[in-house]
Amino acid sequence: MLEPADRQRFERMVMPHHDAAFNLARWLLRSRADAEDVTQEAMVRAFRFIAGFHGVDARAWLLQIVRNACYTWLEKNRRADLTTEFDETIHLQPHFPATQSPEAAAVASNERERLMKALETLPARSREVLVLRELEGCSYKEIATITSIPIGTVMSTLARARDGLKRALNPSTGRDAGGKEVHRDV
Amino acid sequence: MTCEVSQALLHGYLDGELDPLRAEEFERHLESCSPCITQLEEQESLRASLRAAKLYERAPAGLASKIERQIANTKSESDYQWSWVPIFRWIAASAVIVLLLVVTYFGAGRLLSGRSGVEQAALAEVIDAHIRSLQPGHLTDVTSTDQHTVKPWFDGKLNYVPPVRDFAENGFPLVGGRLDVLNGRSVAVLVYGRRKHFINVFVWPESPNESANSAIGTRNGYQWNYSRAHGMEFCAISDVSATDLHDLSELLQE
Repeated sequence: MLEPADRQRFERMVMPHHDAAFNLARWLLRSRADAEDVTQEAMVRAFRFIAGFHGVDARAWLLQIVRNACYTWLEKNRRADLTTEFDETIHLQPHFPATQSPEAAAVASNERERLMKALETLPARSREVLVLRELEGCSYKEIATITSIPIGTVMSTLARARDGLKRALNPSTGRDAGGKEVHRDV
Repeated sequence: MTCEVSQALLHGYLDGELDPLRAEEFERHLESCSPCITQLEEQESLRASLRAAKLYERAPAGLASKIERQIANTKSESDYQWSWVPIFRWIAASAVIVLLLVVTYFGAGRLLSGRSGVEQAALAEVIDAHIRSLQPGHLTDVTSTDQHTVKPWFDGKLNYVPPVRDFAENGFPLVGGRLDVLNGRSVAVLVYGRRKHFINVFVWPESPNESANSAIGTRNGYQWNYSRAHGMEFCAISDVSATDLHDLSELLQE
């Protein structure tokens, strides 16, 4: 029978990546609660299609499914997220008072908060590439597989995303480096 | 200030995704480009703070078991496939049988009566080519009863190697070979003798979408015999009898 073998394969190859699935969903949806629902739904979906998976990179395969589930969810529940472009004047200044805490721990947690918010202001397409690269440690090739964009585009999207992040962190300074580009085609 | 040329390269370099050649090129560029050095340093420190911030968010503790529970009650697609397999098998098997019957009936019928558009056109071309070859001086490009002379003659003239054999012992002496054009492409033609008649055998590589393995017929008073063997398709045409053509066809398929 095929069924027990499939369940084993899923346990062995896909389940270990459920953290990666959640992390991507959390950053795409910008909410832990929504990410939990969508991750669960996507994992079950992955299970149903496990028989059709013959590749070696189960993580990329799973993340592809998770990503699709996230975009479907956003389209249904938060369309604006997909169309809103990066706009530092709306998103940023109010969130980021100068971090001058004397306590190192406080600085660190503040810094984390600041980075988190900055990452969340990026458009979804930039954010996902950055999350896959910097948090998930994916290669360009894996990112290309997961997001279905060419490798060259992965590289330029990353360049834009990082510039965007830099500007989000230093709203006053970073307008020079490719700033116009971010507005034009993200 | 930014260096326009190297923006994307810089990120590829930062991520270790450039091939060695381009990485080296970029390093050489770095030596003379201070904006790129600054940019690279900034990106490295941005990455360091991203790492330090530990933004990776693990799944909540209960999620894995929630997923496990739901999966326990879920069928995978292969489960569905499994339950449907016997039914699909029967449907597929019946479909194949029906298809075979249809192909045998219509395919052979079409070839024999020459009713299908494509085959009719091909057959007409074969017959025209055959008639043309019987004009003085048109029969062969290379005239030799020696297969070792005829075969090398085709070298470089076609993108395949037609099997050239002399069947003189069986009453079909090799006369020679020539190039002809069928369906807009060059094909090899082997010319055999049969008493005082000539037989043209058109040879071209097998195409996978042909249905029939062999077929025979008469058209404009000419006998034709189509067969496939050794990865080639053969169409023999002549004014000899169908039996003679059949014999030659058997030899070709050996």
